[in-house]
Amino acid sequence: MTYLNQVFAMAGKDLRSELRTKEALNASLSFAVVILLLFSFVVDPDSEMLEQMSGGLLWMVFAFSGTLILNRGFARELPNDCLDALIASPIPGSALFLGKAMANFVLIAIIEAICFPVFGILYNLTWTTQLPVLMGVSALATWAMATLGTMFGALTVNMQLRELMLPMLIYPMLIPALMAAMQLTTLLIAGQPIDAEHIIWLRVLVAFDIIFTALAAVLVETVLVG
Amino acid sequence: MRDKIIFGAGIFAALYFIRNLYVILLQLPDEAMQGAVYRIFFFHLPPYFAAVFCFLGAAIASGMYLKTKRWHYDVFAVSATEVGLALAAINLVTGMIWGRQQWGIWWTWDARLTSALITWLIYLGYLMLREGIKDPSERAKNSAVLSIFAFFAVYFTYKANEWYRTQHPGPVLTIRTGKNTIDPAMQAMLFHNLFAFLLLTVVLVAVRMRLEDSQRAVESLRRRAHAVA
Repeated sequence: MTYLNQVFAMAGKDLRSELRTKEALNASLSFAVVILLLFSFVVDPDSEMLEQMSGGLLWMVFAFSGTLILNRGFARELPNDCLDALIASPIPGSALFLGKAMANFVLIAIIEAICFPVFGILYNLTWTTQLPVLMGVSALATWAMATLGTMFGALTVNMQLRELMLPMLIYPMLIPALMAAMQLTTLLIAGQPIDAEHIIWLRVLVAFDIIFTALAAVLVETVLVG
Repeated sequence: MRDKIIFGAGIFAALYFIRNLYVILLQLPDEAMQGAVYRIFFFHLPPYFAAVFCFLGAAIASGMYLKTKRWHYDVFAVSATEVGLALAAINLVTGMIWGRQQWGIWWTWDARLTSALITWLIYLGYLMLREGIKDPSERAKNSAVLSIFAFFAVYFTYKANEWYRTQHPGPVLTIRTGKNTIDPAMQAMLFHNLFAFLLLTVVLVAVRMRLEDSQRAVESLRRRAHAVA
């Protein structure tokens, strides 16, 4: 089995088991909708201010509901000692990590794909004018969440306060990526292209993804095996 | 012997701080624009530098721990992080007091202030992670990985925040600006206090390491007692 096959096998396994039970997906999605609803009390839904805040609001929703999915990533392997079996299986730790990160990426992307139109409908915003670019930006930021979230999911999997520790650890670290995603999403929802002034945020996202994916892929073996 | 050295260094640091306070409060004149309040700067920048040294030291020690699995590095990493967190808190608080006096506000979401607060929260997460893991070797391993991540994240946060317009005063030291924008006596004082803070940091880290060592000795004795009983 080549390295990529191992990664895809891992991602496929996680996605299959999640899509059959849908336990994290359902919880995360209903949570996201509840937060979207709550935002209507934060700002006047009909005001212009909403458009200026849209990127921030949306990425808060994704960050909050995303952690529900990220928490399940490794916790899913705890019953029946599945994690030990996975570690004992003949695939490198980095392949295991990348596969799980990919599965988390797809699941968070599903939440986003549902939340964007719901947001557009509830708050009466046209958000599709820059759709391809918006999808690219979302993909970059979602990968940032998935890679850090999966890594820290591995770090916290054996803790009692797991569900609390993961957000506490990853939110401060994710701030550069979330900041960039919020800036760019607001711009793109307003229908403007990414200009010279904002290109720096795109660079932040790309650099963040590369640095932390590499760091996690190197260190994950240590975390899992010891 | 080790205790005596720590004790001696502590006494020296205390005397040094008294000497510095004497110069800061009684000998240096008020600053031309800010008046008396600028003196807090001597307790604002030095702890920040000392905290950066602590976090850097913790990250390096964490890497060494992962490589060698020797307890000593883990002990150093946790001690340095705790002391660094306290120093970073001093930096934040003195900055806020100065801001209240000069800007009229305690806090502003300026790039450097935000980064400093994020840094503080990230390392607080490190200590919380340690609290939450019972098994000593797993605790050491996982927190070492977190410490390395934290250092990268902190660097990244500072870089990413640089593009926000900043309200924080720019660099004043001659080595940063290349010009003589700061009074030589005040600059000398800053280095004196930096040295005092670094010395204090070394003492505190050494004391904290001693505490951690005894704590581990007690733990292992307790485990052995359980095994026998």
